[in-house]
Amino acid sequence: MRTALGLVWTIAWKDLRCELRAAGGIITMVLLGFLVVLVFSFCLESAARESASARSGILWAAFLFPGLVAVGRSFEGEKEVQCLEGLLLCPVDRSLIYLGKLLSSTILCWGSGLVVLVFFTALYNVGLGWEWPALLGIMLLLAAGLSAVGTLAAAVTVGVQARGALLSVLVLPLLVPLLVAAARCSVVLLGSEPWSGLGLWPVLMAIYDVVFVAVGIAIFEFVVE
Amino acid sequence: MDDLVRRRRSVLAAWGMVTGAIMALAAVAALFLAPREGEMGEVQRLFYFHMPCAWVALGLAITCVFGFSIAYLVTRNLRYDRIAAAAAEIGVMFTTITLITGSLWAKPVWGVYWTWEPRLTTTLILWFIYVGYLLLRWVAAPGHKRARLAAVYGVVGWVDVPIVFLSIWWWRTVHPRILGSGGFAIAGSMAWVLALCLAAFTLLFVYLLVLRVRILNLSSLLAEREAQAEDEGVEK
Repeated sequence: MRTALGLVWTIAWKDLRCELRAAGGIITMVLLGFLVVLVFSFCLESAARESASARSGILWAAFLFPGLVAVGRSFEGEKEVQCLEGLLLCPVDRSLIYLGKLLSSTILCWGSGLVVLVFFTALYNVGLGWEWPALLGIMLLLAAGLSAVGTLAAAVTVGVQARGALLSVLVLPLLVPLLVAAARCSVVLLGSEPWSGLGLWPVLMAIYDVVFVAVGIAIFEFVVE
Repeated sequence: MDDLVRRRRSVLAAWGMVTGAIMALAAVAALFLAPREGEMGEVQRLFYFHMPCAWVALGLAITCVFGFSIAYLVTRNLRYDRIAAAAAEIGVMFTTITLITGSLWAKPVWGVYWTWEPRLTTTLILWFIYVGYLLLRWVAAPGHKRARLAAVYGVVGWVDVPIVFLSIWWWRTVHPRILGSGGFAIAGSMAWVLALCLAAFTLLFVYLLVLRVRILNLSSLLAEREAQAEDEGVEK
């Protein structure tokens, strides 16, 4: 008998393996992130680029674009070859399927965010001290929240017209609390301010993640029945 | 059956007339009877329409969307789905009016049309959530699947609103507040006018909701009958 955790990992690993085999998706996502960083760099004057708030704006925009693509892909492949029905026939609780999809999306978002952060660090001289892992931690909280809401929205929008744009329109307003919190944290970290400035923002992000993962577990069954 | 329909219609018509009368009374009270506010002057009278609109949009409509979405998911009765849809449509309309009247009020009082104040920003985000909900209904094919998906988004959106408010409120307390809160003490007679306006807009919300739900019910019945007629035609 496999444990619930094992089942979640099996579903997540299946998705990740699909992504790794058809590497085009991951490469496109990472390139999209790089391009967002570049486009913003061209749009801002050099003095404006130095401010911590402008930099954190660029970082999160460059994270969000590939992130939205990643959550959108989590059900796209399933639909194309009608695997969704097969997945739903698995003799496991539907909430475990949600958690598996959530885990694979989080890893994809966070992974592409990590590569974007390396690129961003090189272009914007981000401090390589404790700020770097701290930024990665904030990015993980953001990736988890984006995936929690995004996986639900991706499942909701399977098969409807103009899916990509609709997914963004549905997800972005819901993400506002996370984005506000992530931007506040990164302004402190990128501006070399004392870490006490982080305050309760990471806690707010963690609460958001827990609330929406719980909502997702409770409601996912209704989406895919 | 016909008696019931007729009785319902006359109740609705009476409700409409009462709502219209109270709306007219509220308009007269807000524009002429309420005392002129000392600092802001005449522009403060917008408040008597602005706040009730916000009450309908952020209080009544979203609670209806949430409540009837849950009711649909539990009972699978499409009637509840139509009520949630009607409430969302009315919600978009009143959120838009709230944003516009708020901006018109803010310009003379604060000197700008828009500021990132928690209530304003939350209202704007709520507008996007309502519109997203309606867009989702628009692109999905009618039926139980659409009802299910919309209900899920209705529930998730409702859970999000308090967290949005909390985060924006924290955000603004971190930043220096350039603008005042724009608050003012409500005198006794002002409170009466406000209460009258709140009552009028609540009645209006219920009236619009019932009317819209009736239209949605009828159009779904019509679609059903048309499909039935088509099937029978094919059989012949």
